[in-house]
Amino acid sequence: MNWHEIGTIEDIPARGARCVTTPQGRIGVFRTADDEIYAIEDHCPHRGGPLSQGIVHGNAVTCPLHNWVFSLETGKALGADEGSVKTIPVRVIDGRILLGLERALMAAE
Amino acid sequence: MTEKLVIIGNGMAPGRMLEHLLEAAPGRYDITIFNAEPRVNYDRIMLSPVLSGEKSFEEIVIHGDGWYVANGIVLYKGHKIVAIDREAKTVTSNHGVTESYDKLVIATGSVPFIIPVPGNDLPGVLTYRDLDDVDAMLLAAQSRQKAVVIGGGLLGLEAAAGLKERGMEVTVLHVMPTLMERQLDPAAGYLLQRAVEARGIKVVTRANTKQIVGDGKVEGVELDDGTIIPAALVVMAVGIRPNVTLAKDVGLTVNRGIVTDDRMRTSDPDILALGECAEVGGHVYGLVAPLYQMARVAAAVLAETGEDHFAHADTPTKLKVTGIDLYSVGDFADGDDREEIVLRDASAGIYKRVVLKDDRIIGTVLFGETADGAWFADLQKKQTDVSAMRDTLIFGQAFQGGASADPLAAVAALADDAEICGCNGVCKGKIVSTITSKGLTTLDDVRAHTKASASCGTCTGLVEKLMQLSLGDSYNPTAVQPMCSCTELGHDEVRRLIKAKGLKTIPAVMQELEWKTSCGCAKCRPALNYYLVADWPDEYADDYQSRFINERVHANIQKDGTYSIVPRMWGGVTSSKELRAIADVVDKFAIPTVKVTGGQRIDMLGIRKEDLPAVWADLGQAGFVSGHAYAKGLRTVKTCVGSDWCRFGTQDSTGLGVRIEKFMWGSWTPAKVKMAVSGCPRNCAEATCKDVGVICVDSGFEIHFAGAAGLDIKGTEVLGLVKTEDEALEVIVALTQMYREQARYLERIYKWAKRIGYDEVRRQVLDDVERRKAYYDRFVYSQQFAQVDPWSERVSGKDKHEFQPMAALSFQQAAE
Repeated sequence: MNWHEIGTIEDIPARGARCVTTPQGRIGVFRTADDEIYAIEDHCPHRGGPLSQGIVHGNAVTCPLHNWVFSLETGKALGADEGSVKTIPVRVIDGRILLGLERALMAAE
Repeated sequence: MTEKLVIIGNGMAPGRMLEHLLEAAPGRYDITIFNAEPRVNYDRIMLSPVLSGEKSFEEIVIHGDGWYVANGIVLYKGHKIVAIDREAKTVTSNHGVTESYDKLVIATGSVPFIIPVPGNDLPGVLTYRDLDDVDAMLLAAQSRQKAVVIGGGLLGLEAAAGLKERGMEVTVLHVMPTLMERQLDPAAGYLLQRAVEARGIKVVTRANTKQIVGDGKVEGVELDDGTIIPAALVVMAVGIRPNVTLAKDVGLTVNRGIVTDDRMRTSDPDILALGECAEVGGHVYGLVAPLYQMARVAAAVLAETGEDHFAHADTPTKLKVTGIDLYSVGDFADGDDREEIVLRDASAGIYKRVVLKDDRIIGTVLFGETADGAWFADLQKKQTDVSAMRDTLIFGQAFQGGASADPLAAVAALADDAEICGCNGVCKGKIVSTITSKGLTTLDDVRAHTKASASCGTCTGLVEKLMQLSLGDSYNPTAVQPMCSCTELGHDEVRRLIKAKGLKTIPAVMQELEWKTSCGCAKCRPALNYYLVADWPDEYADDYQSRFINERVHANIQKDGTYSIVPRMWGGVTSSKELRAIADVVDKFAIPTVKVTGGQRIDMLGIRKEDLPAVWADLGQAGFVSGHAYAKGLRTVKTCVGSDWCRFGTQDSTGLGVRIEKFMWGSWTPAKVKMAVSGCPRNCAEATCKDVGVICVDSGFEIHFAGAAGLDIKGTEVLGLVKTEDEALEVIVALTQMYREQARYLERIYKWAKRIGYDEVRRQVLDDVERRKAYYDRFVYSQQFAQVDPWSERVSGKDKHEFQPMAALSFQQAAE
């Protein structure tokens, strides 16, 4: 596991999200009302909607395209929909956010 | 050689069939009957009098043991058929008896619907279907304890009356607002409730059973609102479903019931079906008259006498509770194409209503005095034209009849692969099987699991009918819809409480109104955000995290994650400078599609999110501001060229359109608002299908509202005629403000106005000048906070985080 620093908690609005681009696809990084940080694939399994642009409520996000709801914790679709997105390990150290990725990547300047 | 006839089921329908058959062709068949119930044929309709003690079981027996012996019929009591071999033409019972047949009749009747709630299998929970149920109820009644009957339909009320008669304390729970709503209109339902309550039976309507509680046996029923009603006996009488398991297992065609032709023949030529398990012409039946008609037809087929066919007819409903007279037949829902004649006599407790369509009776409801019921029904059946006797019709002995279109039957008749929801491509079979297999009971559940009616919603009526068909009486379509699953409150109540309690933040609303979730969901948060923006324009801080992405980034998300934008062109008027600026932006940012919209604007599609601020910067240079094409707010004011150019133009429609748009842009509304101004009644701007429209005439400005040209198509209503442009603007602004203050989130003007009444809108914004002025002033006040161009704000750096990735990672180029 390689840990990559991507920014600080303050970079993300509470009950909001940002995205991180990687060569393996986009990752949505979420901050809940309780300042929990989660990261999941930024790609809804239904029609590929950018989950990082959905409304964040509790520990869940609603996809902006067709309102599927995903648990940020497990990546699983909630309610009646079936599907899931990959979750990405997150560490928060002194307000800095690190993502755990399989491959070593680097920040593009 | 004598042919062998085997009958599965020994209810009233096959009993009647045998009577006809023995009369028409005595000795033609060797007859064997398998009856799952351990007894002879009895009159099921009379179970209620047995329950109440007015009759004994012996009195309701139709065919005693002697009758079977005398007619040489073998009756296996308590034998349930578990297998049919259509090849070998044999049936086998659960006790191992196998009998061969030449002709087989399936008459397995129906099974009671059990509501899928926890505790529905506790001892003490009964249905009301056969003599065993009655015996069990009578046993329970000896305790003189409390009983709950779930279901305020025909059977439920009869059960309740019987149990009351037997000394129990009875409560009837009914999910709908009025009793017997399938057979009675609300007024008669109300009178019925009074009559039932007068007998000492408690009635709770709008009662949703959450669960049946008890430790080892029934102790009570818990409702959705948490109320617990103690009960030692719970009777479920919420509807029945045709018992088709056996038929389905052996591959006969089965829809709601076992499908037969109008001669009661199933898809296997040697097998007939009749009674409550049969479906003929798309109908299944639970009342005795049509079942007896089936019996007659089936007997004629077996005896090969005559060409008798089954024909559908509305069957009157009567309640078998002594002292309560009610009668209903046909279709009595309200409708634009229907007329009604009503007679009420409050002191005598009499209510009569006859529903007419095209001068023919299609429905009758009688309460308190039912003697004329048959006469009305006959006129209905014969489709008599009653226009000549209209004036005296309601008093009796004079009237009509007409074919009643039963919409439920139409839906029931649809094939399983009939598409119900065009948006999501969901067919009937999928919806019905999902309702059944997942035990769904609400429209929201069905939407969630099947996606049917989850998009445009125009198929909602069909989906609701499928739910009705699948769930029987337990489906309740008219309960107040909560805003979402975070609260029990509906939109109207939430809006009222926000004002009444002075709630000014989303957390305050959620705390004070006891939200069930910590921070709401994607349904309630945008609604609450709008309500607070509209109600407290100067104090509330708009919560962008509670807005949909389009309103958050002021552009429209497309299916591939890119965005489209529409710059504002006041009144649809543009210039070479503006067009040139747009052309330059399109080239510079390689925008793939440029399109003219229905609202006379230019849409640029396929812009990358990261490019949006730069695109807006360039457009801003040319004087463009946001066109709010993404907003629940004022979108566009479409205009024609009016008196400036047009030889027919009566007023400056373009000028007025521009003026309205400049005055009202930026305002948030419950749903989008589209307007138009036409310079003459030729109406080139198509103002009569807009949320608000103006038709200019010589004498002034005719103001229209509540049109629609989207999911629904609806011409506008005329609000009124005003003389000056100033007045027109004031009225339009006041109307919009009234809508902003009162409507439910996402409710378009035409739906809101229909709900509260067009006259009420006219009264408040046209007739009541004081009130109009007050609305106008509140709108003007809120505009000072709303009229800020969101695009230029974002060009200056606002919400920068929305438009940039937080980080960009790439493959490592070299080893660390």
